[in-house]
Amino acid sequence: MHGLINMALQRFACDTYGTGFWDTVTRDAGLGFAGFEAMLTYDPALTDAVLDALAGRLDRTRNAVLEDVGTYLVSHPAMASLRRLLRFAGAGFVDFLLSLDELPDRARLAVPDLDLPRIDLADLGEGRFSIACAAPRPGYGHVLTGVLRAMADDYGALVTLSPVAEGAGTETIEVSLVVAGYASGRDFDLGARTG
Amino acid sequence: MASALDVLCPMHVTLDPEGRMTHAGPTLCKLRPGRPLIGQPFLDLARVLRPSPAPDMAGLLGLAGARLRLELRDPPRTTLSGVLMPDGQGGALVNLAFGISIIEAVRDYTLTNEDFAPTDLAVEMLFLVEAKSSAMEMLRQMSLRFQGERLAAEERALTDTLTGLRNRRALDAVLERIASAAQPFAVMHIDLDFFKAVNDTLGHAAGDQVLQRAAAIMSDVTRGEDTVARIGGDEFVIVLDRLNDRHRIEDIALRLIRRLEDPMSFGDRRCRISASAGTAISTDYTRPDPARMLCDADAALYAAKHAGRGCHAFHQPAQDGARLAGGAGAGP
Repeated sequence: MHGLINMALQRFACDTYGTGFWDTVTRDAGLGFAGFEAMLTYDPALTDAVLDALAGRLDRTRNAVLEDVGTYLVSHPAMASLRRLLRFAGAGFVDFLLSLDELPDRARLAVPDLDLPRIDLADLGEGRFSIACAAPRPGYGHVLTGVLRAMADDYGALVTLSPVAEGAGTETIEVSLVVAGYASGRDFDLGARTG
Repeated sequence: MASALDVLCPMHVTLDPEGRMTHAGPTLCKLRPGRPLIGQPFLDLARVLRPSPAPDMAGLLGLAGARLRLELRDPPRTTLSGVLMPDGQGGALVNLAFGISIIEAVRDYTLTNEDFAPTDLAVEMLFLVEAKSSAMEMLRQMSLRFQGERLAAEERALTDTLTGLRNRRALDAVLERIASAAQPFAVMHIDLDFFKAVNDTLGHAAGDQVLQRAAAIMSDVTRGEDTVARIGGDEFVIVLDRLNDRHRIEDIALRLIRRLEDPMSFGDRRCRISASAGTAISTDYTRPDPARMLCDADAALYAAKHAGRGCHAFHQPAQDGARLAGGAGAGP
């Protein structure tokens, strides 16, 4: 499993609950080291162990934790640079949705060995979209749900999201756009410098 | 047609036969807000850098189809890529783009996604620059962390854990370096006397404390540029840098031995140790070899022990033959 994905879990735990909490999680998971490196690759079993430890300590389901991770990735100030990268995908929330199937290729453009699952988007009309996320391992759909919720907020769009429907190797979410310009959303300046 | 071009090429400009601008795309207008472009000579707005300067409209038309590099005349002097084609009526159509000046341009003119044609790769380029910078930054952080860990690990690998002195590995490296530096040095081999008795009567914890105190005394008696290493249970080697004066070396050795002989107390128990030392000096050799010098210092140490505890002896180059026979098998 790519270090960036493991790093997402680690930063989520550290930034949301503190480094002491993360230390507890590494012990519960039997990690044997203090933290992941973003650019190395790890045994997927470690990712599973960390997720289980996170869910155990937070007393929540793995899926609920993953959705929080998705929201964290977009909305936490420490992740401002990732949010910016996502905003490059489109000027409005609908543009963003329509470019979702490009997301794995965009990620690969930046980090060639980062293999994100394939995303297929279907426009159901009347502002409804069905987003099918390939799930070689279960859970990506839940992360995507968190990301979509936070990105809608970021663009100032009012949307409703269906619960993740789990099929064979696919996790599907339905997005209904209630109002595109519901709130003003957060600023996005193409040329801003981030730290 | 103009409105179609505004969408397809938002940075285009049309020129009349005199080279005056008759229409400019919306993004180009954004580069010079508050300055009407229409009716102004294009060459007042920008000058051609490559492939060759164009002084007038005829010159511009002569560059038709070529890859142009232009620069805006007023600050910010953004460089632009462009291509010009005649419109068939004496005028011309020029399409412009930012090229690699895109990063600054987006900042200078606060451009947004809408300012670029959907086919323009500008936003993808911005994405890529930012994504790669983030990835590079992560790698840089990782390298810094690894570098710190490597230095700490190297330090650990060269340190004797119990006493904090250098260890055998560090000693070998120091000798290797100093022997090739062509400057005098001395190698002093020190062995604690009565240490085994402390271990046997007061226990290993007290023995460890004796070693730590002995280490502190050795660091204290030597200079900063000297190397003090623990190479065995109660065996130490001191490398005296740039020192071959027998009087000064003898003085250091005796001060060290006297200090080590001061009684040490552990709670209500007291103990006394001593030490013997032997020294080899690099200038006694035509080509100082660290292994040989260590061996000779060790032999001198045994000679000192033989003479009675608490003594120091020098390796005597004249007695080489006898020393080698007597010291064989006792080397470190």
